[in-house]
Amino acid sequence: MSSVLSDIKKDYIISLLKTGKREDGRGFDDTRNIKIELGIASKANGSCFVQIGDTKVIAGVQCEMGEPFPDTPNQGVFTTNAELIPMASPDFEAGPPREDAIELARIVDRGIRESGAVDFQKLVIKEGELVRVLFVDLHIMDYNGNLFDACGIAAIAALHSTKMPALDEEGNKIEGEFVSLPMKKIPIPCTYVKIADSILYDPSIEEEAVMDSRITVTTEDSGKISAMQKGDVGSFKKEEILDIVRRSKIKGDEIRSLLNEKFSEMR
Amino acid sequence: MEKDIKFFIDGKRIDGRAKDELRPIKIEVGVLKRADGSSYIEWGGNKIFCAVYGPREAYPRFLQKSDRAILKCRYNMASFAVEERKRPGPSRRGVEIGKVTQGALEPALLLENFPKCMVEVNIEVIQASAGTRCAGITAASVALANAGIPMKELVPACAAGKVDDQIVLDLCKEEDNYGQADLPLALLPRKNEFSLLQMDGDLSEEQLEEALDLGRKGCLEVFEIQKQALKKKYITEDVLNE
Repeated sequence: MSSVLSDIKKDYIISLLKTGKREDGRGFDDTRNIKIELGIASKANGSCFVQIGDTKVIAGVQCEMGEPFPDTPNQGVFTTNAELIPMASPDFEAGPPREDAIELARIVDRGIRESGAVDFQKLVIKEGELVRVLFVDLHIMDYNGNLFDACGIAAIAALHSTKMPALDEEGNKIEGEFVSLPMKKIPIPCTYVKIADSILYDPSIEEEAVMDSRITVTTEDSGKISAMQKGDVGSFKKEEILDIVRRSKIKGDEIRSLLNEKFSEMR
Repeated sequence: MEKDIKFFIDGKRIDGRAKDELRPIKIEVGVLKRADGSSYIEWGGNKIFCAVYGPREAYPRFLQKSDRAILKCRYNMASFAVEERKRPGPSRRGVEIGKVTQGALEPALLLENFPKCMVEVNIEVIQASAGTRCAGITAASVALANAGIPMKELVPACAAGKVDDQIVLDLCKEEDNYGQADLPLALLPRKNEFSLLQMDGDLSEEQLEEALDLGRKGCLEVFEIQKQALKKKYITEDVLNE
């Protein structure tokens, strides 16, 4: 997903980091401005717009009904899809999702699924036959670095704001009545990059272009780690990984309280 | 996903291993004739072939890099590799594993020696039983050495995980399916850094540290097996040539 950057700029970013500064003036653990708006697409069951700096993404949730997977007859179905549409960057092309989009969707998916954020067993209408099917679709509108966090936050926020059609005992929709999703947790992904031994939170597009390696850590309310993914090339020392985990808990809690505010406004 | 399984019986795991014990691993080098480098690995119930082609001219041409070769990794699972037939062709899971495999192997290779070229790694899973990505990376690194691709070091890989609140090495199928966490790792042994790191499940900070240490130990054991496999291959050939 990285764009071409001149060597001069690269040297500039690295030499600045050596003096403890980032190109845009942020501290190593500072995020760019975050803006979160719930319910921006009224035809969807749940939606959320997230802006981190100039990166803008929209997540939409839709609920349908269908058959469960044969190996999980007592659980609802959950799928996440991401599209890097040409609108967001001159480097993105139209067509079926490629590596980057698939990785993005799968990291977001895992963060939510593995933390048990959604109580999938409560999405069953008739065991083995009929369950709720949740689709989370991520649309990248403007790519300026750190899509993982923007998409992860948008997806979990959209799910928390989702209203599904209410069903009667037979599984028929009750017109005009809606129920919330059975949500249990707010897992938050935090992405860090390593550039010349400096570890930076919330990378900008320039920092992503010169990074040596990248890692995303998803933490949940209790402080537990629910998913991790080292991305792209490069490698991390054990001490660096543990340091990043500690830092992502703090950042994760900040974003969680921001989301909790939004959720209470909504109610 | 939770299921009532006894993961430990008299201190031993389901398949009789100790907590820090790997499944049996066997690696063969140079098993495919057409490929520039190849390997075959049996790791527990996993059976995986790996072929390396290149360095050769990169195509499509817009992928070429003027200062280095690109590394392409393709991971594919045969439709008969798992009990319930897998639909043939590329899957989203396979695409992602290909990408993390590339990320795990690339830091060890001297790709800057071959501008505008590509090195291709093909991983084909014939039989799958938990831990295929780690076994694939382990085999691919050996195949890259067999192909004569210049490298700083071999890349061994191994997973750690959590079952019954205990950290164990190299999850077997049941532990992978019904356990609490899975942490596949690849190690750059000389640099002492991890080049593959994924995790899903539920771990505390202390458990993560314990799992990283145990995973590193497992990787170093796999590293020895990789070296032995390469030595065996070339020692035999030298003797034959004499």
